[in-house]
Amino acid sequence: MVTIQNLHKKFGKNQVLSGVDLNISEGGIFAILGPNGSGKTTLIKSVLGMVIPNKGDITVLGENIKKNSEYRHKIDYLPQIANFPSNLRVKELIKMIKDLRKPTDEDQRLIELFRLEPFLDKKLGNLSGGTKQKVNLVLTFMFDSPLVILDEPTTGLDPISLIRLKDLIKAEKAKGKTILITSHIMSFVEEISDEIVFILEGKIYFKGPISELKTKTNQPDFEHAIASILTDNHA
Amino acid sequence: MLKILKYSFYDLMRSRWSYVYFAFYLLLGIVLLFLNNDLSKAVITLMNVIIVLVPLIGTIFGVMYYYNSQEFTELLLAQPIKRSSIFLGQYLGVALSLSMSLILGLGIPFVFYGLFESSAIWDFSLLLITGTFLTLIFTALAFNIALSNENKIKGFGYAILLWLFLAVIYDGLFLMTLIMFEDYPLDKLSLIGTMLNPIDLSRTLILLKLDISALLGYTGAVFKQFFGTSFGLIVSFVMLTFWVVMPVLRIVFKSKKKDF
Repeated sequence: MVTIQNLHKKFGKNQVLSGVDLNISEGGIFAILGPNGSGKTTLIKSVLGMVIPNKGDITVLGENIKKNSEYRHKIDYLPQIANFPSNLRVKELIKMIKDLRKPTDEDQRLIELFRLEPFLDKKLGNLSGGTKQKVNLVLTFMFDSPLVILDEPTTGLDPISLIRLKDLIKAEKAKGKTILITSHIMSFVEEISDEIVFILEGKIYFKGPISELKTKTNQPDFEHAIASILTDNHA
Repeated sequence: MLKILKYSFYDLMRSRWSYVYFAFYLLLGIVLLFLNNDLSKAVITLMNVIIVLVPLIGTIFGVMYYYNSQEFTELLLAQPIKRSSIFLGQYLGVALSLSMSLILGLGIPFVFYGLFESSAIWDFSLLLITGTFLTLIFTALAFNIALSNENKIKGFGYAILLWLFLAVIYDGLFLMTLIMFEDYPLDKLSLIGTMLNPIDLSRTLILLKLDISALLGYTGAVFKQFFGTSFGLIVSFVMLTFWVVMPVLRIVFKSKKKDF
């Protein structure tokens, strides 16, 4: 699905990714974890072509992404902070993104799912953070692409919406999609992901199912397993 | 690209500033016609205003629009759209909406005053054409500055400096060089000097057309002598087009390499 080979990225003097090799197979939920500033977002943005790597190759569904924009038809991306043009209405934004990508009817179902009907005529600048995130989710999920990338999808969501989001993600997985998630909420990750990818200092430190991580670190639960990686490496 | 252009254009058409800009030109046109009571004289006065103001507005609007739409640009970047289409679309959206404000704002009062029956129509058209060129040039330069500077304050600062340099300081330096080297033949130097600054170039172009190049002194005389009016016109337009194409190419080039 996604193959990353020897990926290097530097921002000025700051080496963020130093030789990432990663192979994401088709189908399933993969959580990308790592401490703050470990390069999770940079990795995701490299796959999306928003960050141009200094070195390395990325292929998505067999297509090399260099100097290519067509492959993004197969990716749905949820950005970390949803900041939309503030003088646009929710309805207009959805219509516009559909116009830029392709027509779909899926948005109706998602608007109902996240109870967004009362906000459709409101301007995006007047929405609360959580509501913006819901709009963001609608924009992401309405295209039904085989690869879904979610950067901190839980930000700002209330408990009910969080449950709905989890159900939505599970339903997408059941359709055979590949889903990449970054999150700092460990319980969310543990509940939802099939495999985790742990990034540390610009390299892949661990890739595999959570149970394997627990045996590797000798910790009974997931949160402590993660914590032990961090203390072992920063002690 | 056309879709992005369409949305940027609509977005700006709905913004208050486009109307303020439009209203300003409308008012300026009306007041000048009322005061001068003569189309040709109004054109000359307008030229002096346009040559300084259009670049300023183009620069500020360009920088402002880029920084304001940054988050939205990120959203677009994750869509299956080419980078060059996104940025060129936005650039043209800004430049065209500004040009439209200029053309309509000045055009309406002049048309009502009887532009079509007057001999000043070509001079006036030339004024609008150079105004449009200046908008295209300075919006493109502003996008270049914004693309190269993450820091908004710095971006704004450089943009204003650029305008100040080309609109004011350049002329001063140019004049000083001419005075310092007045013992030498300066025809070529002054010619090249004029070519290298789109604001000077536009001014010369209009003055040549208005046939009042004597007002311009040295540069105008040189231009007239070297090119004759119609050849000078073509060379100037080629130069102005060059001034549009270069920064636009850099937008395409720079946007391809940038990280978001």
